[in-house]
Amino acid sequence: MRIALFATCIVDAMYPATAKATVRILERLGHEVVFPSGQACCGQMHVNSGYLKEAVPVVANHVAAFDTSDYDVAVAPSGSCVASVKHQHPMVARACGDAALEARATAVGTKTYELSELLVDVLGVTDAGAQLGSYFPHRVTYHPSCHGMRLLRLGDRQSRLLRTVQGIDLAELPEQDQCCGFGGTFSVKNADVSSAMLQDKAANIESTGAELCTGGDASCLMHIGGGLSRQGSSTTTLHLAEILASTLEEPASVTGEVRVSTGKALR
Amino acid sequence: MTTFLGMPSLPAFGSGNLFAGESFPTAAHRELGNAQLRANLGHATHTIRDKRQAVVSELPDWEQLRDAGSAIKQAVMSRLPELLEEFETNFTARGGVIHWARDAGEANEIVAGLVRDTGETEVVKIKSMATQEIGLNEYLEEQGIGAFETDLAELIVQLDHDKPSHILVPAIHKNRTEIRDIFLREMPGADPALTDDPSVLAMAAREHLRRKFLTAKVAVSGANFALADSGTLAVVESEGNGRMCLTLPETLITVMGIEKLLPTWQDLEVFMQLLPRSSTGERMNPYTSLWTGVTEGDGPQNVHLVLLDNGRSAALADEMGRSALHCIRCSACMNVCPVYERTGGHAYGSTYPGPIGAILSPLLTGIQAEENNSLPYASSLCGACYDACPVKINIPDILVHLRSVDVDSKRGKKKVPSQMDVGMKAASWALSSGKRLGLVEKGLPLGRLAAGPDRKITKLPGIAAGWTQSRDIPAPPAQSFRDWWAKEHRNAGDAPGTPEAGPSRTPSPDTKETPQ
Repeated sequence: MRIALFATCIVDAMYPATAKATVRILERLGHEVVFPSGQACCGQMHVNSGYLKEAVPVVANHVAAFDTSDYDVAVAPSGSCVASVKHQHPMVARACGDAALEARATAVGTKTYELSELLVDVLGVTDAGAQLGSYFPHRVTYHPSCHGMRLLRLGDRQSRLLRTVQGIDLAELPEQDQCCGFGGTFSVKNADVSSAMLQDKAANIESTGAELCTGGDASCLMHIGGGLSRQGSSTTTLHLAEILASTLEEPASVTGEVRVSTGKALR
Repeated sequence: MTTFLGMPSLPAFGSGNLFAGESFPTAAHRELGNAQLRANLGHATHTIRDKRQAVVSELPDWEQLRDAGSAIKQAVMSRLPELLEEFETNFTARGGVIHWARDAGEANEIVAGLVRDTGETEVVKIKSMATQEIGLNEYLEEQGIGAFETDLAELIVQLDHDKPSHILVPAIHKNRTEIRDIFLREMPGADPALTDDPSVLAMAAREHLRRKFLTAKVAVSGANFALADSGTLAVVESEGNGRMCLTLPETLITVMGIEKLLPTWQDLEVFMQLLPRSSTGERMNPYTSLWTGVTEGDGPQNVHLVLLDNGRSAALADEMGRSALHCIRCSACMNVCPVYERTGGHAYGSTYPGPIGAILSPLLTGIQAEENNSLPYASSLCGACYDACPVKINIPDILVHLRSVDVDSKRGKKKVPSQMDVGMKAASWALSSGKRLGLVEKGLPLGRLAAGPDRKITKLPGIAAGWTQSRDIPAPPAQSFRDWWAKEHRNAGDAPGTPEAGPSRTPSPDTKETPQ
């Protein structure tokens, strides 16, 4: 299968290791990965902040980059960005009265999958350890991000994959369905409420005694990780793609290099 | 040229207690500082949340019930004028009197006039959101008419000269010690030896209220439902105080929003399953009272209904927002909301707090009224409210819609664009082209420089300071993924600066980008 990677802007710019891990997983399964170079961002920051007019060119750019028959399915290591592509893009096109863009956006949305969705539903991965060689001997807790959980209905796809990683010690996160408080520009517009939510999320993570918190969305993990770092916690965050890509021969490192994702450390 | 006589040129927006007097972030900042409030709220919302979850999970057809509730409400909204007239005909035929009120002011005047006509100066009240919305108690007081709340929690709030902070449990922000103090201070004839034992407090309230029930000649209520095919009104409650008000006095005046209609009696079966489970987490509520006009020799002989618009027609005119009118005031959305749980209801200003309030208040008043434009931003868009809503109001989508109404309402009106405006415009430019984003990403090493040896950014200027008040940002990578990919795949003919259309391909499986 030829799979188009939608890296998402935050992973592209801030967490390239997550995109590289996604490529590695898919290639390990024998698939060909392509990177449509016109891609940039899904535009949900604009949509969710009320800047619909400014979102139109961002959405149009994404549709232009992915509206090609050159790949079979598209994948992104993010529930939130995929939900935006599937649900918001046709809405934005409709709101600006562009029926042609709406039709193309709907077609792109239909072909776009969140990583765990693609692995479980399309590529038939049921055992990450056996099928991907995933090996990650660490105590980990898992935060299911809101948009993956409620907009894409990912259910237990991500946690099922994590549970089958060799060597992993997965600790249940108390009140895991509670939002971490990120919410895009909500985190700056309503910084006090957002921080109060983050404080409770961080306390729940710490209570598990995990070395790190994983999840399927780099934005939520940046928020949670930023809060833990500020509180001086030794607990860090790591995208689940990097845990799935980690093997006995090429283990993902849990501190420093991976979190900061320097090109040097990864090469 | 056509002239439409009698058509208002502007939507008639609502008035009364529907406004945030200060912006949500300001109010939230203050409320977050109240540790007692946060503890009370956290405990109360989690208790109701768990109860609701338990009784909802036991119904195999819960999702179908939600679909049915949503479909009935949508059908009502699509033929509201016709149903209102059908209701009016049936209610009037059974001896009731209908009054139409455009806004809070008109509704208050009508009710005060009806009370005056009876010669009474006191009314007992059933817990009602509509009368809270129009500020009826305060208006009646100005007119020399005393209005006494009979719902226990509303009584507590009224005695304390406070405002409700939750639509179902209005005194959710008070604990029992605070309630004992209020009773001692404000309740005439309260026993000085009163303890804070809940049953003792309930008995004290019961004694106080019983005196009112037995002397009151006029009652004022709201209504949960109105059945168009028979002209019947319905009130759903827990304590039985409503039943007292509906049966003992001679005159009964009901104030109801026009959106409360249901077409037929049969529709009630759906809502009588949805409402108690969603609100109090009970399979059924203790008291359901239904009345149809006047029954000779039984109950109130003088029955009135004030049908209240107060911005509902304006909300109905908003195609994206109108489903907010489907709300049955169950409060499930606020009980699951992480924002409400931490700020409480007062932060929203309006009678309607929580997620539903964040959309309903600005829809009823118009987005530019006072600080109501800050309400749609009072959400992380986590979506818990949409999942809990028994009539499937897509609150997150409506929040996003109202944010765009807010942004658009300010376009071209500001002398200096806000930091957010400038940032969004710049981001739109950078994020609408892979090439441009690639150029911006060339600046990532600068971010690494700013992060310094700690490899984290701890202080940002302007609005971004909101982020760094409680979170660090990791040092950015030396190279973006896009850049890395292009270098890895240069042989395949794709590099920065080449045409953007075609995807580039990976030449071979498993490249050498492994951790050291």
